[in-house]
Amino acid sequence: MSASADIDLTAAEQERQERRREILAAVLRVLIPVMAALVMGGIILLILGKNPLDYYGFVLRRGLLTWGGLQETLTRMAPLLLIGAGLIVAFRAGIWNLGTDGQFLIAAVLSAALAPALITVLPDALTIIICMVVSMLAAAIWSLIPAILKARYGINEIITSLMMSFLGVSFANVLVKLFFRDPATTVPQTMSLAVEDRLPRLFDTTIHLGLIIALVVIVLVHVMMTRTAFGLKLQVVGANPAAAVHAGLRVGWLTIATFAISAGLIGLGGAVEILGVWGVVRADWNPAFGLLVVPLVFLARFNGYATIGFTLFFSALMIGGDSAARRVGVPNDFVLVLVALLLIFLAVVEYLDHLRRKKAGA
Amino acid sequence: MNAITAPSPVVAVRNVTKRFPGVLANDRVSLAFHAGEVHVLLGENGAGKSTLIGILAGMQQPDEGEILIDGQAVRIGSPRQSLEFGIGTVFQHVLLVPSLSVIENLMLGGGWWGRLVKAPALARFRELSTLLGVAIDPDAIVGRLSLGEQQQVEIMRALWRGEKVLILDEPTSMLTPQGVRDLGEVIKRLRAKGVAVILITHKLLEAYEFGDRISVLRLGRVVGDIPPERLSAMGEAEATDAIIELMFGKEAARSGEAETLVDTAHRQRQVARDRAPRLTLRGVSTEAARGECPLREVSFELWPGEVLGIAGVDGNGQKHLAEVLAGQRGVSAGRIELNGGDITGAGVPARRQAGIRYVTDERLGEGTVGIFSVATNLVLKEIGRPPYWSRGWSDWDGIHGHARDQIGRNDIRTPSERTPVAKLSGGNIQKVLLAREINSEAQVVVFNKPTYGLDLQNTRLAHERIIASADHGIAIVVISTDLDELIKVSDRIGVMFQGRLAGIVENGPDIERRVGLLMTGVEAA
Amino acid sequence: MNALLAQPFLTALVFGAITAGIPLLLAGLGEQISEKAGVLNIGIEGMMLFGAYAGFVAAYYSGSFLVGFVVGGLGGALVAALVMLLCIRFGLNQIVIGIAVTLGFEGLTAILHHFQFSRTYPRLAAAPVVDIPGLAAIPVIGPGLFSHNAMVYLAVALVAVLAWAFRHTYFGLNLEAAGNKPAALDAAGIDVMKTRTIAVLCTGLLAGVGGAYMANVGAGIFVPFMTGGAGFIGIVLAMLARGRPLWVLLGALLFGVSLSMTTALQVAGVNIPTDVVQMLPFTMVMLVLVIFARHSVLPPALGLPYVRGDR
Repeated sequence: MSASADIDLTAAEQERQERRREILAAVLRVLIPVMAALVMGGIILLILGKNPLDYYGFVLRRGLLTWGGLQETLTRMAPLLLIGAGLIVAFRAGIWNLGTDGQFLIAAVLSAALAPALITVLPDALTIIICMVVSMLAAAIWSLIPAILKARYGINEIITSLMMSFLGVSFANVLVKLFFRDPATTVPQTMSLAVEDRLPRLFDTTIHLGLIIALVVIVLVHVMMTRTAFGLKLQVVGANPAAAVHAGLRVGWLTIATFAISAGLIGLGGAVEILGVWGVVRADWNPAFGLLVVPLVFLARFNGYATIGFTLFFSALMIGGDSAARRVGVPNDFVLVLVALLLIFLAVVEYLDHLRRKKAGA
Repeated sequence: MNAITAPSPVVAVRNVTKRFPGVLANDRVSLAFHAGEVHVLLGENGAGKSTLIGILAGMQQPDEGEILIDGQAVRIGSPRQSLEFGIGTVFQHVLLVPSLSVIENLMLGGGWWGRLVKAPALARFRELSTLLGVAIDPDAIVGRLSLGEQQQVEIMRALWRGEKVLILDEPTSMLTPQGVRDLGEVIKRLRAKGVAVILITHKLLEAYEFGDRISVLRLGRVVGDIPPERLSAMGEAEATDAIIELMFGKEAARSGEAETLVDTAHRQRQVARDRAPRLTLRGVSTEAARGECPLREVSFELWPGEVLGIAGVDGNGQKHLAEVLAGQRGVSAGRIELNGGDITGAGVPARRQAGIRYVTDERLGEGTVGIFSVATNLVLKEIGRPPYWSRGWSDWDGIHGHARDQIGRNDIRTPSERTPVAKLSGGNIQKVLLAREINSEAQVVVFNKPTYGLDLQNTRLAHERIIASADHGIAIVVISTDLDELIKVSDRIGVMFQGRLAGIVENGPDIERRVGLLMTGVEAA
Repeated sequence: MNALLAQPFLTALVFGAITAGIPLLLAGLGEQISEKAGVLNIGIEGMMLFGAYAGFVAAYYSGSFLVGFVVGGLGGALVAALVMLLCIRFGLNQIVIGIAVTLGFEGLTAILHHFQFSRTYPRLAAAPVVDIPGLAAIPVIGPGLFSHNAMVYLAVALVAVLAWAFRHTYFGLNLEAAGNKPAALDAAGIDVMKTRTIAVLCTGLLAGVGGAYMANVGAGIFVPFMTGGAGFIGIVLAMLARGRPLWVLLGALLFGVSLSMTTALQVAGVNIPTDVVQMLPFTMVMLVLVIFARHSVLPPALGLPYVRGDR
């Protein structure tokens, strides 16, 4: 009797230790790549004759430690978080939605076209809600072709969504230039939404309501994926499509739903960026956030809360990097190099971890 | 124990040890293989047979010990080196490129940069065709050949660069009785030509029929050896007894495991067929998918408490039959009834509600999601339904509680209910599936290859589970390529041939012959 | 309407189509080799861009276009070597690494260019042109088709060479096996890693040369991000061509025509947004996909790392 109790105790203790070790390992799996990427990026800067400490120091100060910079950083987070939320849904369901930029831009252009027109006849809040809904729907519709081709014929969605992305970017430009053009301007652009009609600011800052929307959405997405039947179904489809068929899930329908939700959230990102920050889309405007967010979502291992942290980190990098381009003389494209390094080191660390586990005998 | 006897062996392993995480797959194994001798390696799943041939084929490296070829210690670092030493291996899974022709597959490995010159390859092809006594079109696309023909191509490939040693890993598992006889002929011809044949099997009778020498492996060790002079002097029964003694030890020779291995008793039970059938199929056909055999007008009836075995060579429509019954696959024609009600159009969830269950053979392929926990896998087919989901919200506490209950009840050996199911052994994954599929609401259960890849103990448990379920009045379909297994558990046995149900025969004394005829399409019942 | 049929318009259109199509052709052929071997090479954009940068710098300082192509090809192969190490040796996710490589080399070439040339964009001399005797003199289409840099003819010849090699050499056989059933190739004694390594290096080489052509011959200058999705179009071409090099050529010309159409239309004085024309090839490809969806085939082992003994 007492012997078995002892065994239970040790088993429980072991489990606790195991958990602690797992948490530590998870933290290390993230920290090591971040540090390695920063160090490697520093080496590149040294080779180019720049002082990495100056650069990182400036980026940190400008991106996070000054009030103005922090506001910009937090504002930038809104579209990135919404794109991240969309990608989490897709990636967890095993779907490579790489059509982000097209979905984002189409939604942005529709918001930019609709809002100035609607605001003349509708109240402010209603205008913004309608714009968001229409943008989400448009982006979702734009993702339908890859979704149906995947669901019905199993055609690789990487390629179809990428092509729809190129198409979407061009199509958005066509919309701006031919259909929604503001006749009063020389450079083609849509009518603009007056600053006071845009998404409300939070308190006395320049940060708009979009950040709150984005945070709520990504938390909701996280909860949906981990605590609901729908989220679990998506994960079954993502982890083993054959098992999904075996369990009687409607894989085709779930695939289409995944694409629609993913694109819809990305489209919401586009709407929020226009309704909150720009108020207008100029021809050939394309922030190309899509591929940039992919690494963040991976780094966060498709976890919504972790994505918030990485998005903050990355936004600060972007905002700080922009100013650093002017002040330290390192082009902001260096941020791309850092992100790439981050992704590569993340993958390498994961690989080493896998090797270690294999050796340890799992 | 394995005295390396004269004349000197072609290939020998000496004290070979190989460890995998948590497993000692080969433990100081010493064996010698001689020219012109068929050497059978016998042992149940997990005995270390596959690891040993993996080492000889250059796929794996031993941790300790050495390999001798013609008396010289060598290192076989890659499959290429193995082939260059004249060791050819035919693996259990087909290792041919389906999109290439026969001759292209055989030329594979011929180099890197040169032009494909077919003439010499065709000459060698004809040489081997004569040696093996087979006729295959060298320009046929491999994916379109039957499994038996593919195996012949594999044997050719194994012998392509030399005819010193041929390793055959469970070669009969995918053959018809006729195919097994043909293979026997091929093996005899090769032996006569002085090839050292290594035959891996877990079937006693095959070992006796084909083998000149039998070595028995158990838990990674060589536990016994019957040399040719002893084996040839023994009758079948005597040899069987000797092998069982080697496998289980003297006192354990009559244990349950040994019985599982040698028990070929026919199931004798009366099934009441005067009432309405539980399940009826009328003229069920499916559409062909790439590389799969569709069903063509399959009809049968199944009564409560009855076990219907479905025999046949793999790829004759069994997969579609199982999927059609489970509701995973739609029918193109025909009708399916459960207790007289039409369920033809019902999908998996509706069939499951109605009591139809499917224990798939692809346990990790489709039966479970490997990276998900045991707990999640136990409710994989209930996602979204009460009691563990209400209004779409997951009740994880409930799901884990349910899992702990099932783990205890079904003796599933797992560290915890949160362990990813892929980390469990095959037998325990099978227990997870059984726990999920068989419960008090089950009316019809379809088993697809229920003991594939399981060790003897789990095989016995699975058989007992099938029979117990039938005794509880569940109607059961067992699909298997192992005829002995079907004879053991079935009341009737149907045979699939090219998508048709070639016939159904009552289990009885003469059943092997009748099923064998149906399997080759010779006789239509 | 008359203006559209005028000789300068047609000549410019044909010439431009080929100039724009050649990088796509090279990228598509390169990607095709990788895909045949079962590697989905999303990083090809990065390889092209690095090839363009390295090729441009080499040609700029050496004054030789040949040196430019060689260095461009090596540059692409260098990036491919990185992909090879991470994806094939380490078995890391090919899509993640592909995206990383694309992003990384977009950024790296941009900052290298910045530190080298600051904000100036030096221009190379016009690339040497080889006239095909006789053919180049054909009115209207002659100058457009048969008066090009030698690389153009080489690239087109490569189509025939690859089409032959895929069917009639061990190289082609090994690639096919590596993509369709790597375990069979392994069992036959050919190293799957080596096969895929060679395939990925070939991809990098061709993509790099394609990038160098784009910068040195097509544009005459290097501009950061100048490939603008050409690598991705290469991936699309390779996927649609299903292993047949001739189809890559046709696809590359289709994209080339629509890319050059915008310039040609400007020459002809027609004013519609360039974006409309740019949408054409993508729209056509999507239409083709939708119509022929049933018949699309990719190697079954595409994108999956090969581990001996894993089945």
